[in-house]
Amino acid sequence: MGEVFAYIKHAQGVADDSALELIVAAKKIAPGAPVTAVVTGTGADLDKVCTAMAAVYNAVWKIDNAALAYPNAEVVRKALVNVVPAGSIVLLPHDTFGMDLGPGLSIKMNVPFVADIVGVDGVDGGTLKAVRQEFSGQVSTHVSCDISGGAVMNIRGGVFQADGSAAGGAVVDKSGEAGDLSAKRKFIEVVAAEAGDVDITKSEVLVSVGRGIEDQENLEIVFELAKAMGADVSCSRPIVDAKWLEKSRQVGTSGQTVKPKVYMAMGISGSFQHMGGLKGNPFIVAVNKNTKAPIFQVADVGIEANILEFIPELTEKIQEL
Amino acid sequence: MEILVCVKRVPDTSENEIVINSGGNDIERDDLVYSVNEWDNYAVEEAIQIVDKVGGSVTVVTVGDDESEEVLRREMAMGANNGILLTDDAFEGSDGKGIATILKGAVEKGNYDLILTGAQADAGAAQVGGMLAAMLDYPYASLVNLIEAGDGKLMIGREIEGGNQEMNEIELPCVLSIQTGINEPRYVGIRGIRKVASVEIPELGAADIGVDASAVGEAAAKVKRVDYFVPDTGEGAEMLTGSTEEIIDKLIEYLKAKGGLK
Repeated sequence: MGEVFAYIKHAQGVADDSALELIVAAKKIAPGAPVTAVVTGTGADLDKVCTAMAAVYNAVWKIDNAALAYPNAEVVRKALVNVVPAGSIVLLPHDTFGMDLGPGLSIKMNVPFVADIVGVDGVDGGTLKAVRQEFSGQVSTHVSCDISGGAVMNIRGGVFQADGSAAGGAVVDKSGEAGDLSAKRKFIEVVAAEAGDVDITKSEVLVSVGRGIEDQENLEIVFELAKAMGADVSCSRPIVDAKWLEKSRQVGTSGQTVKPKVYMAMGISGSFQHMGGLKGNPFIVAVNKNTKAPIFQVADVGIEANILEFIPELTEKIQEL
Repeated sequence: MEILVCVKRVPDTSENEIVINSGGNDIERDDLVYSVNEWDNYAVEEAIQIVDKVGGSVTVVTVGDDESEEVLRREMAMGANNGILLTDDAFEGSDGKGIATILKGAVEKGNYDLILTGAQADAGAAQVGGMLAAMLDYPYASLVNLIEAGDGKLMIGREIEGGNQEMNEIELPCVLSIQTGINEPRYVGIRGIRKVASVEIPELGAADIGVDASAVGEAAAKVKRVDYFVPDTGEGAEMLTGSTEEIIDKLIEYLKAKGGLK
């Protein structure tokens, strides 16, 4: 099996949570093999991250270049193809960056790509058996892939918990091998999300509504329940996509990260992107008419019901208290 | 602008409970409601809106069988000008790279400035667009939620973590994967579908698009699905049962105890 690399995402001199999770995944994929962190960027922030990663990984490969100041996947891909040896295994976080980079990187490295890995069931010979999810998380699947000639693998966040790995590797400067980093896609700027009228990141109790609400007009019953409970209203992605509620109310990796005490998931299936926005171990109540919805795997209390019927009855009972 | 949009016919997860078949090697596909992959629908809408502004045409393409034709017709009813069905026994069992290889053949048969895919489909891999771009040596951007057409290039927004948007300038031709919410896809009525019911949709096989049959399909797939299963997730939620009144009483007790009622 080839050498194993983990790409370290970072910002403002601090490594992303995925940095400590990828090494845990790497140890399952290639037990006993040394794991090298690859860190791209420029200047003092890059050095800071490299130093931090040297304590965790067996080695750190630093690629310093002004063109890498912002992690534009098209530029990072070129650097990795030039620096990482042929036949290597490269691990990436399966987030908005890893999705941008991984598939194309696998083509340019001429190795297989395994997306959104949520588990590793072992490696037999050179064949990896990994766990993935399909159909919005309703079912899981084992996939097999011969990784003896290298692979690019995207690892879902929060699945492989950081285990306090410590190694004490050295930082190796690979900047000279980065090669031509010109790209046909140019990063311009990051536009920050607009603040909304309610800051759901501060809410202690959230009544969160998803696709099960079916129609914009039905949102009224959700606001009435929230009012009766003294809660705020949040939502999942389809509600924002339909423009029924403002983006600032969306819980999820592409929306807000919330940490309420109680989270009422009403008609929300519970995709990993949605659950990724829910922190602080809240008490989760899930109401959904589809018992296969993944939300029931993570909720504390579940109710199989149509929210359009259930919510008004619940509201009425709470109002009577 | 000549735009190609890659679409896929998928089981609609908002309409179906997905159940594994008795063999554990597939989902139960009888009685499933199929539709066009949700992300792809946004991609087609975006393509139509771009063409409305700057001129050109929209072609929708899919890899599949006769049944896949219905999603092409649906997207043509929305306003796509042409449809192409890529179908061949040799395509069956392709992995993501295989699908990208087939699509590359279709791209090279045309003269497209812009290629759109949905950000992901039913397998949740989010991989075909990025692979296709790399094979074509076109620039790529994923999770696009804004497109402004310019001269020989586009200004695009990518949806990144925390509701933030990453703005990029990208040269044409390019491949973009489209995120939901970029627009509001138009409604397609029965009348619209009828209008395109008799439009000829060309069917192209491996030889027609210059794809080496041994480079696609099950035999060429490097990533193979072994089985489907329902994971043992421990206890999961405590399901409240009984009459609605009993359920609500139990729930209210929980909410009181956990600080959910103020």
